[in-house]
Amino acid sequence: MGLKEFVEKSFKKSPWVLHYNCSSCNGCDIEILACMTPLYDMERFGMVNVGNPKHADILVVTGTVNHKNKEVLKNIYDQMPEPKVVVAVGVCAATGGIFREAYNVLGGIDKVIPVDVYVPGCPAKPEAIIDGLYKAAEILKEKYEKMGKAEEVLK
Amino acid sequence: MIKEIGIFIVAVILAPLIGGFLSGIDRKLTAFIQGRYGPPIWQPFYDVIKLLYKQRLLVNDFQVFSAYMYLLSAILSVGLFAIKGDLLMILFIMSLGLVFYIAGALSTKSPYSQVGAQRELMQMLAYEPMLIFFAIAVYNVTGSFNLAQIMTHGKLLLDLPLMFILLGLVLTIKLKKSPFDLSASEHAHQELVRGILTDYSGPYLALIHIADWYELVLILAMIAILWSQNLVIGALIALATFFVDIVIDNITARMTVKWMLAFSWSISILFTIVNIAYIYFRR
Ligand code: SF4
Repeated sequence: MGLKEFVEKSFKKSPWVLHYNCSSCNGCDIEILACMTPLYDMERFGMVNVGNPKHADILVVTGTVNHKNKEVLKNIYDQMPEPKVVVAVGVCAATGGIFREAYNVLGGIDKVIPVDVYVPGCPAKPEAIIDGLYKAAEILKEKYEKMGKAEEVLK
Repeated sequence: MIKEIGIFIVAVILAPLIGGFLSGIDRKLTAFIQGRYGPPIWQPFYDVIKLLYKQRLLVNDFQVFSAYMYLLSAILSVGLFAIKGDLLMILFIMSLGLVFYIAGALSTKSPYSQVGAQRELMQMLAYEPMLIFFAIAVYNVTGSFNLAQIMTHGKLLLDLPLMFILLGLVLTIKLKKSPFDLSASEHAHQELVRGILTDYSGPYLALIHIADWYELVLILAMIAILWSQNLVIGALIALATFFVDIVIDNITARMTVKWMLAFSWSISILFTIVNIAYIYFRR
């Protein structure tokens, strides 16, 4: 295995997860925390829950975007270094869910930042969330490969 | 001379590999104690390689300098240890690097990294006296600060049992394990976001992780020379200390900075006096 393959493998094997509660009802958040418990243990895929956007690779967002927190969400997303992946957990984060018609709600988080993986469910099951995070790790690796190609083109 | 340069290079290459492997075992063992499956043993290497190839995000240029200085001083101190240099010199080079590490964190405006840096200073204040006392006690037995001289005394552990316990404590504080995990919010605690590491990101965080591995190996090597008659036994003693530290990490809760200072100073002064008295008594 050459260095290049090892680096790509490292991106897949070590996704650090940042969780942002974007006015969610707390249902999805509890399920995300359940992923870290001994029963589901997402650390076996190398996923670590970090509290710092500068260290994160995957941004996990729950809940809908409203006019107050759209700037916060954008700010957190901008602070993360490339390559980065966004996972929307729950139907609220995907489309707005049951809060879709509320007067203060903009809709799903893809109205503000680009989303790579949608995890359905209200609330999403821990198994589904881990599935989504694993998929996100694969996308992270692909993005890293694309980043390398883009740099070659720019040279 | 050529032989010494060779040993220096081999030590500098081997130390991070050993350190990374040990911290992988640390994570696996912690997971085992908590009833989880845990990440693969090679996880720390994946983490560091990934961080090295992430995008560079800088708050200021001084951070780059301080991350490199921290790594350089860690490499130098491990290399000097391998060619049996001067114990005091090694300790001072090690703390010099830490000063840069802390200054780099203080150079940013983030309150989290400021508070983390203050706490790291307190942690330094807690374990530096222990290391100096250790050097003094070793001098009392062997009459020298030179490692080659020190290592002619085969079974230092029998002379310095209490200093050995102090070195175990230094290891706990240095690795930022509970009950001393104050400065960087280890594990999933995020009350300071990531404390002193908050503004180090991407490749520079990776450099700091590598430097931490060097320092881990350095402290373990200091424990190992307490049984320099047979270094395999010495290494086993060091590993046993490391495992005890991991268990302590998992069964204790975090204490406050004040408690840490009071505890470490009183313990280190008491143990040093008793141990030096014991040395005179044995003569
Ligand atoms: S998807 Fe359901 S459980 Fe999740 S935040 Fe929305 S309403 Fe709550």
